Amino acid sequence: MIRAVMVINTQGKPRLAKFYDIQAVEKQRELIRSVYGVLCSRADNVCNFIEAESFFGPDTRIVYKHFATLYFVFVFDSSENELAMLDLIQVFVETLDKCFKNVCELDMVFNYSKMHTILDEIIFGGQVLETSSTEVMKAVEEISKCSISFSLSECVCWRLPQMLYRLSRNLFRAGGVDSMEFEVIG
Amino acid sequence: MAGSSLMETFFQRTLEDLIKGLRLQLIGESASISKAMDEIRREIKSTDPHTKSTALQKLSYLSSLYFYDMSWASFHVVEVMSSTRFAHKRIAYHAASHSFDESTPVLVLITNQLRKDLTSTNELEVSLALECLSRIATVDLASDLTPEVFTLLSSSKVFVRKKAIGVVLRVFEKYPDSVRVCFKRLVENLEGSDSQILSVTVGVFCELASKDPRSYLPLAPEFYRILVDSRNNWVLIKVLKIFAKLAALEPRLAKKVVEPICDHMKRTGAKSLMFECIRTVVTSLADYESAVKLAVTKIRELLIDDDPNLKYLALQALSIVAPNHLWAVVENKEVVIKSLSDGDPSIKLESLRLVMMMVSESNVAEISRVLLNYALKSDPEFCNEILGSILSTCCRNVYEIIIDFDWYVSLLGEMSRIPHCQKGDEIEKQLIDIGMRVNDVKLELVRVARDLLIDPALLGNPFLHRILSAAAWVSGEYVEFSRNPFELVEALLQPRTNLLPPLIRAVYLQSAFKVLVFCLHSYLLQSGIVASTTCPDNLAPNVLEVLSDKDHPEGTDLAPHDASAHSKQEEGFNPRVLNQSSEDLPIEYGEEASAGHGQAATVDSLERNNFNYESIMNMLNLIELAVAPLLGSLDVEVQERAGNMLSFIELVRKKMLDSLAQKEDSLDRDRTEVSEIIEMMNDAFSNELGPVSVTAQLRVPVPDGLLLKQNLEDLETICPDVQPPSLNSFSFGSLHSEERDGDSLPILPKKEESQSSNESTSLLSEHRKRHGLYYLPSEKNEIGSNDYPPANDLKSESNMNYDAEDLVKLTDLSLVPKTKPNHAKTRPVVVKLDEGDQWPLAAKLQPKEASLSGAVRDVLLGSDTKSLSQSKPSDESSNRRKGKEKLNVDSPSESKEKLDDVEQRDGENPSSRKTKHHKHGKERRHRSTGNVVDKGDENVQKGMQNSSHRHGKHKARQKTDVAMNVVPQTQVIPDFLL
Repeated sequence: MIRAVMVINTQGKPRLAKFYDIQAVEKQRELIRSVYGVLCSRADNVCNFIEAESFFGPDTRIVYKHFATLYFVFVFDSSENELAMLDLIQVFVETLDKCFKNVCELDMVFNYSKMHTILDEIIFGGQVLETSSTEVMKAVEEISKCSISFSLSECVCWRLPQMLYRLSRNLFRAGGVDSMEFEVIG
Repeated sequence: MAGSSLMETFFQRTLEDLIKGLRLQLIGESASISKAMDEIRREIKSTDPHTKSTALQKLSYLSSLYFYDMSWASFHVVEVMSSTRFAHKRIAYHAASHSFDESTPVLVLITNQLRKDLTSTNELEVSLALECLSRIATVDLASDLTPEVFTLLSSSKVFVRKKAIGVVLRVFEKYPDSVRVCFKRLVENLEGSDSQILSVTVGVFCELASKDPRSYLPLAPEFYRILVDSRNNWVLIKVLKIFAKLAALEPRLAKKVVEPICDHMKRTGAKSLMFECIRTVVTSLADYESAVKLAVTKIRELLIDDDPNLKYLALQALSIVAPNHLWAVVENKEVVIKSLSDGDPSIKLESLRLVMMMVSESNVAEISRVLLNYALKSDPEFCNEILGSILSTCCRNVYEIIIDFDWYVSLLGEMSRIPHCQKGDEIEKQLIDIGMRVNDVKLELVRVARDLLIDPALLGNPFLHRILSAAAWVSGEYVEFSRNPFELVEALLQPRTNLLPPLIRAVYLQSAFKVLVFCLHSYLLQSGIVASTTCPDNLAPNVLEVLSDKDHPEGTDLAPHDASAHSKQEEGFNPRVLNQSSEDLPIEYGEEASAGHGQAATVDSLERNNFNYESIMNMLNLIELAVAPLLGSLDVEVQERAGNMLSFIELVRKKMLDSLAQKEDSLDRDRTEVSEIIEMMNDAFSNELGPVSVTAQLRVPVPDGLLLKQNLEDLETICPDVQPPSLNSFSFGSLHSEERDGDSLPILPKKEESQSSNESTSLLSEHRKRHGLYYLPSEKNEIGSNDYPPANDLKSESNMNYDAEDLVKLTDLSLVPKTKPNHAKTRPVVVKLDEGDQWPLAAKLQPKEASLSGAVRDVLLGSDTKSLSQSKPSDESSNRRKGKEKLNVDSPSESKEKLDDVEQRDGENPSSRKTKHHKHGKERRHRSTGNVVDKGDENVQKGMQNSSHRHGKHKARQKTDVAMNVVPQTQVIPDFLL
């Protein structure tokens, strides 16, 4: 079983955290912090497995992969194969890449829901559900389509003006926000 | 909608706005979050579902990535969940699976909502509900929604069906009775052609089998088919994991699968599958030589691969092989040792483990030497790993692999000096333990302890304090082996000892006290105050007095273990010292400097000559000077020991040394009195301590009227101010009451004498406190003739020969056993307790485990039998209750018994079964081996009709399915495997 999935950036900020056994939020913070503590001390050319028994209890392992500014971390137990988990991280990242067209950290920051949707199609209650990124893509697209459908009357009377307002606000602020984002990427 | 809320809604910040705001950080992160939380609290109360759901989305974002508690919003989650819009539902279900747990009160409210969504025509909604259920299902939810899940298990939409299969795992776990309803459908999915479905189903079975493999043995043919047919690596890996569990239980199965597994191993290009094959072979098929050989060659391939991942896994696989096939490790020795210096900490750790597995009696010294040198060079963390593994390997099974204890003790000393050493606790434990268990090593032990004690630099390192405490204790306890006690006293009282924590300081003081008493005693013997001829006679009553002191009402701490043996030992010991000091002196004089690892006896005599009046006086002065300031110590322990020591010195100085200063010929009363006191003190300290069985306390019978298991929780409510007693004093108390058992017999009659010497009693009771080393006579000793395990068999044996008369013979005798082991390096006697060296851990853990897995197994195995005979449509719910009750009530032994019965059912005749199953008589009585299938079939179908709404179509399939399942059930392993 997969116990947890985390995406942490190289500064230790969580970008995605999903625990498949219920943990209190405080415990989650602590776990992420301690995992990050181990990860950031590891060199680049070392193996991707870490024993995690001190954090997650007996019979747990961590596999992680480092992409650009992000660590993708899966925590799992002995009913999963280590190398298969490594592949699964690859599947996850590939799917993200397909969804966001050259995924970067910013995509993950602003697409909280979509990230979870993708993850939920790959891992279900700690079980590996799907290993083909095309299948996952298909499901995710269907879900997103379903999510933004409004009724026509509502659209015209209420949501349209709101959207226009938001659009204009964003345009107005666009310069500042963009420069901020570039800074972060740099 | 009111105006203000309308405006609010219109200008509401979306999640994206929130994230942007956080990233801009105009007002700092925490400030902007708390501002956002205020907004959320306001918005979430809105009546507009859109506003509400957006607020909820923001909240779950903050909760998930900024770890803010959102349990307060659980009711809002339920409200949004009931929205008709999919987008809102999605947010709510996400929030629910993120924030709900077993104790969330609103869980009872969502049952209907979940049911509605599970039966929805929109497959996306169904999938949302399933996802949520897989996270938060409780016993009630699982039992209420089992029918819906059952229906979905045969859904035509793969998208939904695979999630339904996934959710089954959680439902089974929470509500085992659902197995009866859903198991068949789950098995059906195993036979389907869809690879997605198959991979999820196999995954679920892998999870189930990992908890309780035995129940799934009947499904072995299915898994075998998948193993042979499937080409999907994910599926194969899971099936291999299942077989790894099953093959361990059923050797015939192992024989059957070994060939296909080897096939896969040879053919596959996927490293993950190959590794899984290797792991399966080395864990569960270790008896098949050829398979293991193949696996080891594959491991070797991985081992020399450049990919650190493969190398790491290969090392792990090797460590699994090692216990049964050490040759595999030895073959790859070079790679393993080379990996010790790998840049990767995980690989280093694995290879260290492997190296430690190769350790044996013959190479322990070499390997430890290499590792220790390596530890000096490596980083602190790994250095401590190395030290830790050396320590744990060497002490395994009461120092099984150590032959040369002198070497080992000096190795411990060396370890303590490694700068990064943080293994103080373990080294402390072993130093003391070896001292108590191995008699022959005491000389070296004292030497090592001295080297540690006299180095003032070590006192500055807090990690070493525990080791120093052990060193101090050892040098005080075995001071007779010390070459220069004066030096020891100086070391124990050096100014830098004020860096020590008070408890260890107290140990230092106590040790100094012991050394002092030893010196005084030696001096007395040497100067002939205690005349050699009178010595044994004097001693006998003294010993008895001392022993009776032990039984003194206030000082019942210490078990007065083997009184008789010790009185003998002391009789033996003292004359020996005397003898040496008077006879060997001239010969050995001047050899003092030649250190050597000579025998204890020689050393004893070596420093005897130092005991002259001035040196003793110097020592007393030194002690007084160093200890006097400690009278003001804040720590009770230190203060008290300092006080004892000073008053003892005062006593001695006044009475004895003054009289000694006069000419020796005046044998007045004072002197004898003083010598008696010192004699007594010395005796008090020269009792040997033996190792203590870990289970010693368990052997103590609980006295009547003492309720150890009474729950004292309510005590806190009655008197909240009173602190519960600390652990220490508690263990004290429980030991007190029971300490004298059989061994105190010779003492009892002497009780009247206990009043005679008050000073020594108080000192003695203090002596008992040292190091918390309390021990009890083992049960064996009480019953049998043997005394408490003697510190050394050799010694006690030779002690028997020691007699007061033949002093001359004594020296020879005492020399022989001590020199020989040192030169010839045969393994010295190591005291082992019969059973008590390890905790009986496994036995204790068993029941809990068994009750859990036993319950699951019961239900799973019963899934065929019970549903066959029992589940009638009308009383499904009552069955459920019954099942639940039974689950809780079943004791582990009971369920085990049931299982056994089920397994051997076909061998028995019905009548014997009936008697065994009197509890479930009703269910099984009407069954005879002949019509199991028919009757069962009917009932199952009834049950299914009840719970499913689409029974017609599946009827035929169910029938075959049940038949399939029952047949393997009754035979456990189907024919084709035999």
